[in-house]
Amino acid sequence: MLRPCFLPRNGLALLVAACTIGTSSVGSVMRQTPLLKVEGLSICFGLPGASIEVVSDVSFELHPGRMLALVGESGSGKTLTGKAVMGLLPRGARVSRGRVLLDRPDGPIDVLRQSPAALRQIRGAQVSMIFQEPMSAFSALHTVGAQISEVLRVHGLCNAAEARRRSLAMLAEVGCPDAERAYSAYPFELSGGLRQRAMIAMAMIGAPRLVIADEPTTALDVTTQAVVLDLLRRVSRDHGLATLLITHDLGVVANMADDVVVLRRGAVVERGPAADVLTTPGHAYTRRLIAAAPRVPDAIAVHAPPARDDILFVEGLSKTYPGRRRGFGRAAAPVHALSNFAMRLERGRTVAVVGESGSGKSTVAKLVLRAERPDPGATIRFDPREGQPMDVASLSGTRLTEFRRKAQMVFQDPFAALSPRMSVQDILTEPLVVHDIGTRAERREQAAALMARVGLSPDHLGRFPHAFSGGQRQRIAIARALALEPELLVLDEPTSALDVSVQAEVLELMLELGAEMGLSYLFISHNLAVVAALADHVMVMRRGRVVEEGAPDCIFNDPRHPYTRALIAASPEPDMHRRLDLAAVAAGAGEPDTWPEPFGYAGETAPELVEVAPGHRVRRAA
Amino acid sequence: MDHYVAPDRSHDAEADRQALDRADLDAPTRVLVWRRFRRHRLGVVCLIILALGYALLPFVEVLAPYNPNDFDEDNIYAPPQALYLFHEGAFVGLHTYATATVYDMDTGLVKRVTDTTRPLPVPVLTVCGETYHLFGFIEGRFRILCPPEEGELFLFGSDRLGRDMFSRMIHGARLSMTVGLIGVAVSFAIGLILGGLAGYFGGWCDSIVSRAIEIFRSLPELPIWLALSAAVPVNWGPVSVFVMISVILGLLDWPGLARAVRSKFLALREEDYVRAAELMGARPSRIIWRHMMPNFMSHLIASASLSIPAMILGETALSFLGLGLRPPAVSWGMMLNDALNLSAVEIYPWLLAPMAPVIFAVLAFSFVGDALRDALDPYS
Repeated sequence: MLRPCFLPRNGLALLVAACTIGTSSVGSVMRQTPLLKVEGLSICFGLPGASIEVVSDVSFELHPGRMLALVGESGSGKTLTGKAVMGLLPRGARVSRGRVLLDRPDGPIDVLRQSPAALRQIRGAQVSMIFQEPMSAFSALHTVGAQISEVLRVHGLCNAAEARRRSLAMLAEVGCPDAERAYSAYPFELSGGLRQRAMIAMAMIGAPRLVIADEPTTALDVTTQAVVLDLLRRVSRDHGLATLLITHDLGVVANMADDVVVLRRGAVVERGPAADVLTTPGHAYTRRLIAAAPRVPDAIAVHAPPARDDILFVEGLSKTYPGRRRGFGRAAAPVHALSNFAMRLERGRTVAVVGESGSGKSTVAKLVLRAERPDPGATIRFDPREGQPMDVASLSGTRLTEFRRKAQMVFQDPFAALSPRMSVQDILTEPLVVHDIGTRAERREQAAALMARVGLSPDHLGRFPHAFSGGQRQRIAIARALALEPELLVLDEPTSALDVSVQAEVLELMLELGAEMGLSYLFISHNLAVVAALADHVMVMRRGRVVEEGAPDCIFNDPRHPYTRALIAASPEPDMHRRLDLAAVAAGAGEPDTWPEPFGYAGETAPELVEVAPGHRVRRAA
Repeated sequence: MDHYVAPDRSHDAEADRQALDRADLDAPTRVLVWRRFRRHRLGVVCLIILALGYALLPFVEVLAPYNPNDFDEDNIYAPPQALYLFHEGAFVGLHTYATATVYDMDTGLVKRVTDTTRPLPVPVLTVCGETYHLFGFIEGRFRILCPPEEGELFLFGSDRLGRDMFSRMIHGARLSMTVGLIGVAVSFAIGLILGGLAGYFGGWCDSIVSRAIEIFRSLPELPIWLALSAAVPVNWGPVSVFVMISVILGLLDWPGLARAVRSKFLALREEDYVRAAELMGARPSRIIWRHMMPNFMSHLIASASLSIPAMILGETALSFLGLGLRPPAVSWGMMLNDALNLSAVEIYPWLLAPMAPVIFAVLAFSFVGDALRDALDPYS
């Protein structure tokens, strides 16, 4: 059936990371010998003698047909462990102890002690990998199809026509709606979800026995993630694969894995069947991780009725970016990032704006704080406790400075939000210096008080941001935002770059600070579950428009819009009994024109928001 | 798989929150950059040599056996001499032998003949030769190395006027090495201002500066240099001409730096910490000087140190063509001017000796610049 490949091999082969061929294990049955056995694996960085151990004494077994999840936060060594199995350790890292045994028909072999040539054979015949970022894992210079069929051709499995036929079949199997188009597309022409499907197709095309998936859905939107996870589970079940899933998300684990290994600082904290570990966790760290995972609440208390004291009132807010001019041609159509947005934020309350990438939620944050100017005709009224209400859209000069003092922002990426050249002390006193508040000594005192306020030791004041972890940096960023004692805080995805356990702590801190200092929050997030605990009012956005808004109890207990339902159904939770509801995801995750009546619309002809219950409004045809 | 739990089951969340994540990075950026820079052995060695070289520039009169314009009509095109410690197996101290150029009347070829029978002792750390003026006002005759009492000391030979090449090379270092610094200072100032304007304000300002950069980069460098240096008045003194040449070199070098500044500005403007400063209400000047400048200054220093070699080469090229510095100033390029005469080079190859310090200086600056560039992002 298989004919040798006569075509010349080219350099593309080097770029194809998922080189897989060999003995197909389709329909293989559970055997007693594990396919992969990692024994006491330790990995060091640096020279012998002065090295740092980043993975120490990690052991686990993976049987055919099973999915094992390596779970841990950043710096836990989960990715490094996965790479060691592939023989792909980065420069400077070396295995100091342990074995990685891979089962072959002629007995198990130790992957760590193979020659490069033999390793290439093993990689080719047995193991393939799915990367986190398909955009960088695919070469941008070759079509997706060429890269997938290259796997077959480079191993001499079949000729070009046969490789094309099989690649198309595989693309169809992973659910590309138009396999021909995906085959001849370049990676950047596909959406993130489609790219990850193509990546899975590339990993599967040679029928490997072991697939390593390194955070396969972390870069994707939550609804896309649900679909890709389902695909991964289906494919590995259909082909009887052993899958090593590397993830930081216990919700993904609960939905996917049979077994789980929890890593912390390079060591195994807990290991066992997913059901046991998640329902009866034995280690305090595992318990904390599970407790910290955001989840969609079952029941939410009804909040007090609005006090009609708005700190922020927004109406008719739109932002249009001019289309990019292409050479001498006519400019492309303008991009409507935000269309006719309206909101009210009551003093001391929290409004959450939730949406996926491209929904316009970050544009709301920028416009409200006048980081950018809105389209003409917008009203943004900011009403401080003392002094006159301000029309933010038209502020300038000293009034704008006054506004800046009262409205502050916390950014998504704590690694980018702090200047690496300034000490923590300088970072915290900078707002005071800018507004010329206090003397030098007073500023220092206040910086120390701020550090204590956000739960960090004032001893850290003399240090520099790069010495801190993401969570600590985010606390420093929050302290900076609080330095001017603002009334309004805009939180632009403040927790999405953080580890799960840290995320929960930071949210708790925000809740505390809000109550204590009487802050009003505008909370921007892509994760509906994260805002559940904090928000008084939730606005769900899609493609520049609010599709549904209301109190959290309305949104979570009685979601009306298909897109809101899809978002809720797609959030993975560390609960073995709550699986992702893909039917709901499929109904609402698509473009607005795929939504069922009366919600769907095409182009810019969106229906109005309709009040379906007091305070609960849905965008649909009346 | 059995359910395994690590034996140490406790977990201290509070300690976790305070613990430093990267204790190894707990230092100001300059310390981190220096730590990273030190890993480049070659860069460190070159930096030490360059620093030492610049430190010695004010004292070149003491280092050289002759003054740069001392000439000796009896020793035109004298060949290089070597220094020795042992004469016929016996230690006699630092000495040299008289060397002469002899025409072979039969073949018509030039031969160098060394008289190895008579050692000429070379005095060290004493007073000799013509008076010099250290820093322009301290008179002195003290030198590290002096010519022998009866005879000459031409370590790298002498030129067509019988001037010592070695002494002239040492003196030439003063101008050749400083021309780069002045030129870079000029190009730095222009590049920083124009690039900063373009990057910060954008719009038409950016368009004008960007077009100017492109026009300047498309000009053929050598003819422009020549035209500008030819325009320097003939009656100007050597020092003014030197400053003028440095400025000309700087004037033509700024586009590269301006482009670097502009792109860095554009990149930094999008950084969250700059946006945070804006939202704090900081004025543009404060944002630029306090938040953006420290973060790209190191990049600029690296690119500046990489453009000093181009300046040194530029001066050399101009002077080589006779349009750069003018006598009685001495620079490596001017010395190479003698090498324009090909037949002279064929017979007296030591005329090319000034190429060695040029090559060395250019390489040293490049190595330091490269090491600096690699050390700039020390946070990983």
